[in-house]
Amino acid sequence: MFKGKPEVNLGFNYHSFGCSTICFIDRKEKVIEIKYDNRHCSLTTNIGRKGVYSEYSFVPLCVIKLIVMDIKAIRSQFPILEEKIHGKPLVYFDNGATTQKPLSVIQRINDYYSKENANIHRGVHTLSQEATSAYENARTTIQKYIGAKENHEVLFTKGTTDSINLVAYSFGELLNAGDEVIISAMEHHSNIVPWQMLCERKGCKLRIIPIDDKGDLILDSYDSLLSEKTRLVAVTHISNSLGTVNDVKYIIEKAHTVGAKVLIDGAQSIQHIQVNVQELDCDFYAFSGHKIFGPTGIGVLYGKEEILNQMPPYQGGGDMIKEVTLEKTTYNVLPHKFEAGTPNIAGGIGLGAAFEFLNSLDMKKVVAHEQELLDYATAELAKIEGIKFYGQAKEKTSLISFLIDGLHPYDVGTLLDKMGIAVRTGHHCTQPIMDQFCIPGTIRASFALYNTKDEIDVFITALNRIIPMLKN
Amino acid sequence: MSIKEKEQEIIDEFALYDDWMDKYEYIIELGKELPLIDEQYKTKDRLIKGCQSQVWLHADCIDNKMKFTADSDAIITKGIIALLIRVVNDESPADVARSEFKFIKEIGLQEHLSPTRSNGLVSMVKDMKLNALKAAK
Repeated sequence: MFKGKPEVNLGFNYHSFGCSTICFIDRKEKVIEIKYDNRHCSLTTNIGRKGVYSEYSFVPLCVIKLIVMDIKAIRSQFPILEEKIHGKPLVYFDNGATTQKPLSVIQRINDYYSKENANIHRGVHTLSQEATSAYENARTTIQKYIGAKENHEVLFTKGTTDSINLVAYSFGELLNAGDEVIISAMEHHSNIVPWQMLCERKGCKLRIIPIDDKGDLILDSYDSLLSEKTRLVAVTHISNSLGTVNDVKYIIEKAHTVGAKVLIDGAQSIQHIQVNVQELDCDFYAFSGHKIFGPTGIGVLYGKEEILNQMPPYQGGGDMIKEVTLEKTTYNVLPHKFEAGTPNIAGGIGLGAAFEFLNSLDMKKVVAHEQELLDYATAELAKIEGIKFYGQAKEKTSLISFLIDGLHPYDVGTLLDKMGIAVRTGHHCTQPIMDQFCIPGTIRASFALYNTKDEIDVFITALNRIIPMLKN
Repeated sequence: MSIKEKEQEIIDEFALYDDWMDKYEYIIELGKELPLIDEQYKTKDRLIKGCQSQVWLHADCIDNKMKFTADSDAIITKGIIALLIRVVNDESPADVARSEFKFIKEIGLQEHLSPTRSNGLVSMVKDMKLNALKAAK
């Protein structure tokens, strides 16, 4: 690809781009096509400007299409972004906690309750059949998006926490005293506590992959933790408090060499990166709907069919049975075996709509846009005196955890709120990380695809107003 | 001045500010006037651990009057404690135990006393009242 970092003047704005960087022009949608041979680089934009640049050397005959995201069009799909908080336009930087919902999701849930509401499965009447197929279609949409082999490998749950608890209980039943479970020091409490409970219940041992000061997993330690005793490795794909993107492919491959299964906590992933469970070869993948533009109270546990079939049911009730007598019950097939009781039908259908929304996006553009937000915000924040970043991993997603010397996160968060800016403060349910860095918590700004550089400017201006207030 | 009068005084003071940032600037100032807890009392049993901020509270009862001192790691929390203490300090244990701190809502700061906020303040108010009840016995 490119060698060096050519700066290209298109006449109407000034940009620089390098190997994998996408060019943004005026934050409006423009298409730039760069064609270059080993001497020339020619650019065509969809507004009819052309230029030929020859100062740089390039690998022969490649064509890259650089397309920027139409942020205005994206934002117009999220009605809440028009809201005012304390009279100020909302700047929503708490996407790590939950994302906002596009109209298509809101409308889909509304339509379900207005026109299709009925209990699913086994109903002979029209509405029940329609609701069933909407719910099951959502499952298929999700299956395709995450690249699962079968749609019955996609189990609906209440969310990531519920998904992890399902595995900890049900897969946990297959474990024996002395078996080991490996997690990491950067896990969310919901990927720590269920395993501690399992270990207590079954007499298993919990082993921890440590993290370094930058917020990367120390993979050498991981290698040495693995043994024939290891039955399960449960790690997060992306850290919710540090932003670290873990090399889960390596973790999975290594675990499989000792015959251990792997659960990936994907709560922070699907909204930021393309995930394919078959390519990863993970055994379980857990995520929540509300963090990926879907409703709350619904989530997914992906599990490999073979393993799910070996696991006992998690909860008993309606829908999960094949035959019930007062003496003995036989269980239904996947996915129903793990979905006892009337499920969150509207949630499942709404989540399907959220995946349709994701399908309408070009994930490469999302990644590029969020990278730009991360780079810009990091650079702007770095200008603040006394700022300290937590989480500077080699690969990071679009969230920034930081502290400003002498300022308490609670004070900063409270004042930012009064200026319309939503960030998260505290330990982010990752107390072990905070303990490692010897801090009570951080201020976390987490971006999503609808955030803009203008919003980051508002955030920086607000911080610059707050700091002297709190320091004097 | 009765608790009620002190509360009204605070409501009147806050009525001067219509901008949130000015209001908070004032709260931050008040935080600096908080009767600070003596370092020797900053013990584990006096620490109220919230998920967002931490609070230390010490209570004395001298001549049937409650005396509170406190501290917090967050300045805004300190400011709000200063308001609460201003209202109940030097009042009888019975009056403190009965006080509802309704003025906090009136001046628009009820979010800080919400049970879900977990800044230690809700537990602190409870502790203030428990201390007063103990002293009343």
